[in-house]
Amino acid sequence: MTLDQLKIGEHALITLVSGKGILRHRLLEMGLTPKTKVYMRNMAPMGDPIEIALRGYTLTLRKEEARNISIVVAYE
Amino acid sequence: MNKYIIGLIGNQNSGKSTLFNSLTGSNQHVGNFPGVTVERKEGILKGHKDIMIVDLPGIYSLSPYTKEEIVTREFLMKDKPDAIINIIDATSIERSLYLTLQLIELQIPMILAVNMIDEVISSGNKIDDGELSKQLGILALPISAIHKSGINVLIDEVSRLVENKNKPIYIDFCTGEIHRAVHAITHLVEPKASELGYNPRFVAIKLVEGDSIIRNELNLHDKDAEIIDEIIKDMEFHLGIDNEAAMADMRYSFIEKIVQKVVTGHANKQRELTDRIDHVLTHRIWAIPIFILVMSVMFYLTFGPIGGTLQALLQSLLDIGINKLSIFLVSLDLSPWLQGLLVDGALTGISSVLSFVPIIVTLFFFLSILEDTGYMARVAYVMDKFLQKLGLSGKSFVPMIIGFGCTVPAIISTRTLASSRDRKMTIMLLPFMSCTAKLPIYAMFTAAFFKENQALVMMSIYLLGIIVAISSALLLKNTAFKGEGTPFVLELPAYRFPLWSNVVRQMWDKAKDFIERAFTIIFLASMFIWVMSNFNFNFAMVSNPADSILAQVSGALTFIFKPLGFGDWRAVSALITGLTAKEAVVSTLGVLLNVNGNAQLVTAIGNLFTPISAISFMVFTLLYIPCFAAVAAIKREIVSLKETVMILSYQMIIAWVMSFIVFQLLSLFVR
Repeated sequence: MTLDQLKIGEHALITLVSGKGILRHRLLEMGLTPKTKVYMRNMAPMGDPIEIALRGYTLTLRKEEARNISIVVAYE
Repeated sequence: MNKYIIGLIGNQNSGKSTLFNSLTGSNQHVGNFPGVTVERKEGILKGHKDIMIVDLPGIYSLSPYTKEEIVTREFLMKDKPDAIINIIDATSIERSLYLTLQLIELQIPMILAVNMIDEVISSGNKIDDGELSKQLGILALPISAIHKSGINVLIDEVSRLVENKNKPIYIDFCTGEIHRAVHAITHLVEPKASELGYNPRFVAIKLVEGDSIIRNELNLHDKDAEIIDEIIKDMEFHLGIDNEAAMADMRYSFIEKIVQKVVTGHANKQRELTDRIDHVLTHRIWAIPIFILVMSVMFYLTFGPIGGTLQALLQSLLDIGINKLSIFLVSLDLSPWLQGLLVDGALTGISSVLSFVPIIVTLFFFLSILEDTGYMARVAYVMDKFLQKLGLSGKSFVPMIIGFGCTVPAIISTRTLASSRDRKMTIMLLPFMSCTAKLPIYAMFTAAFFKENQALVMMSIYLLGIIVAISSALLLKNTAFKGEGTPFVLELPAYRFPLWSNVVRQMWDKAKDFIERAFTIIFLASMFIWVMSNFNFNFAMVSNPADSILAQVSGALTFIFKPLGFGDWRAVSALITGLTAKEAVVSTLGVLLNVNGNAQLVTAIGNLFTPISAISFMVFTLLYIPCFAAVAAIKREIVSLKETVMILSYQMIIAWVMSFIVFQLLSLFVR
């Protein structure tokens, strides 16, 4: 499963960040590294981009970019 | 002279500008980093004339991808500041420390300013700054830039640091396989790194990260390059992950350990409040209506009650001033040409520059509030989908909308865009958003030809501008800006009250910057146009405009405009004077057609143009080069003269081609 498929209000653990170049680098340095916990906060009115919470802050990214992030849903 | 230079560096939204303002007071200078569209602010540290602070772009890492990051790296590695102040947002300390670790690797004397400590405390949490200092090997000082607390201590410590030049205490956060790889590569690159004046360990870490810029700069022997690749491959094999992920993972693991030791409590009041506000402002249904409402109110106040009133006030003051001055000049008994040059040329030029100031000031008052509260990031988030397909992000939306008011502040406002690629592309498209100064032109032509369908024609013109902008974006995305797209990964900061002193400073900076830079170009251009319209080629003043240089030049240029349906020297002259300000198109036509009052003008226009050539003329004024003030703003933001000329040529060509198509098609179908 990838991050873009996570439902609003769900938690997940990142397992893998794929992709390449600037995008992947950006995702990694913004803290989207394997084993990081993320929470799906919201979605923009037109369904894209998505809004996630991680490492104590909020980040928005496009679904297209979120597709590069593999996750497992975590139940709290 | 400044003995010491200090770099101020931090993430976006870390409160960097606020801190910069309290560190430097009013001693600031704004410019650009050489040759790029990245802003560079400098200021003198309060109470220390020998220390200069450079405000670096807000970035999240020292990776070699965006212009902002590259400029910052260049500054840190080549200009070699005497010290760094790294400001972090204490409420999102984990992510903020990522950049901190990269900075520590550079081994430049460094202080960590832990900002927004007041929010941490009011949420009932604690950050042990003593322990944080120990863990990182640099001094960490809790501050609140907004409440100006901790600033004096910071200033004292900074002045001490530049004297004693203490480098960060060496702390090895590389573990296991990465440590081994970095260690081995450090030895290998030591001579070359020292030759370039870089810290060998920093170079080694960057090589492990796969940093192409450093790698090229080192110009390694093939043999060494091979060994380094081998070491990295070996490391990846043992770790089971690739080099980039390994480095990010290692840094964050180290940070997590520090945060556990240093921070107590997880509550975040500001976040909770932010959640509640976001519930409304980014609501599935209400987000877009609220955005439209906010923009409408801003527009209304800027071009109506506030900005409009200020503009009218300024105009009447200017009129009085110009009147007094011209009476004074007349009393000097100067020759008529000098009098004309000073009064009609120079003073008109000055007042046309100044007439933009009220709009800029008012608009930036609102824009800085929207930016500082955190709403602008939400706009980018909510509107992003619209611009995604055009190769831009939601952040370009607001400048585009401002473009319908006035192109000048719209261009200046692109400075809030994070990437210089997006900035350039947005600036290229902005002039196609029909600004309010073009309205009188459309109004005159629709009054002359399309009395029944005035609204429809006007709307079609605006729509055409938008269509041309969209098509240009698609074209640019696949040509000039191909493959350069920066990912839309944006922090949504917590909502905060804007600091009024920041808002006022923003307004003042933008207005000052505009006046400083626009003056020469607009001033000279206005004088030039004045000379052209009042002299003949023998440099004698003319009484009949038809004998002027402008008329001659326009006459010679009519062949270009014949295929567009308005190959008349008066129409061409109007387009040329329209470069000073679009309103001048109407007034020039009035003078050249020798009419008094609007009714006469409408009739005269009716005789000069046909309905089809009128449409073609409107299309041309919609799309051709914006006024000199906008050109000056473009040059200021784009920096490169060559690129500015290219942008203007593009607009000229598009205007001609579109008018040509419109005129020829309509001529075919409409009889």
